[in-house]
Amino acid sequence: MRKLAIVAFLVFVMVPAGFPQQAKAPPAPGADFPKVVLTAPDTRSERSYLGLSGRGKFDISQIKAPVVILEILSIYCPYCQNEAPNINELYRMIEADANLRGKIVIVGLGAGNSAYEAGAFKKKYSVPFPIIPDPEFAAYGQIGEVRTPHFIGIRKTSEGSPRVFYSKTGAIGDPAEFLAKIKKAAGIKELK
Amino acid sequence: MKKFIIGVSILTAVLFLGSAAGSESDSFEGNVYDPGKLKPRDSALKVRVGGRAPDFSLPSVRGGRIALSDFLGKKNVVLSFVPAAWTPVCSDQWPGYNVIQDVFEAHDAVLLGITVDNIPSLFAWTSRMGKLWFPVLSDFRPHGAVADRYGVLRSDGTSERALFVIDKKGIIRFIDVHDINKRPKLEDLVRQLDKL
Repeated sequence: MRKLAIVAFLVFVMVPAGFPQQAKAPPAPGADFPKVVLTAPDTRSERSYLGLSGRGKFDISQIKAPVVILEILSIYCPYCQNEAPNINELYRMIEADANLRGKIVIVGLGAGNSAYEAGAFKKKYSVPFPIIPDPEFAAYGQIGEVRTPHFIGIRKTSEGSPRVFYSKTGAIGDPAEFLAKIKKAAGIKELK
Repeated sequence: MKKFIIGVSILTAVLFLGSAAGSESDSFEGNVYDPGKLKPRDSALKVRVGGRAPDFSLPSVRGGRIALSDFLGKKNVVLSFVPAAWTPVCSDQWPGYNVIQDVFEAHDAVLLGITVDNIPSLFAWTSRMGKLWFPVLSDFRPHGAVADRYGVLRSDGTSERALFVIDKKGIIRFIDVHDINKRPKLEDLVRQLDKL
């Protein structure tokens, strides 16, 4: 009987601890964005867009812009494919606005996608912003196991730590309306 | 005592197996059925690299029938068997091939998607994938006959997640019977197309 109790303990305590089955929820607005290690883009122009000094690893807090729109996508996801022109348009709108350029950047995270796959997606849909490959779902698992596409708005606090102000699954809809929503939620007028 | 041990064993198995890792597209709005982690492979190949690919003719979701021999001497062919409609991994494998349509065209290759599902199920499922550029074929009746002829029919009646690259002469140049729980990487297929 004592042996059975030990077996039961091991099954109910050790196994779930080692093999978590619950999908982790993404950070909600108001929460700190987790320190997730990402691989810097290969191209100098994309590193420059993010304000990163070199190759290697980085985390969101190292991005120069105060506001980051993180799109968690998969190149295999039909909605992400359909949504690509809208996100490209959102990028163009930000870059065309002198008050927003350099203050808001878009970063894609290719959940389960290799560098080749992320590159193929960028080529197919002429994506102008970086898509960071996450082939083993490492970053995806840390951020939250969301359906794709999922958009997270992140703004640095005055102390420089990244805080979530927006988090939603699904298409953004009209890019202009989405941008207005992001500007409002981020308190964009306060940006310097 | 015996019942307790069986119960503990079942619970342990369930906890260990869990579900296949991966993201799910919002396109399917939570309608993907998760069978959990499956035996990676559950069949024995009946064809080999260097051998002639068995011919077949199957109904297409777009209407009509498509035969492998239609492409003989004209196009290289990639067969993509996926286990079943409305299941994880399968539901986002094929949309990925939209991203490299240009690579197929550059290699003078066509892609044929095949499952053991019937046409109405395939119609509903593939409609959620957006516009696939390649034909999707139903190996439903007799059930899984083509999958069986290639040796990729599993004991539960689904097929393996398998890729066959067949050249214009009808010779099999590459076979990947993949772990059913995992999606084959695009670059691995592209590498094989490069060899044609």
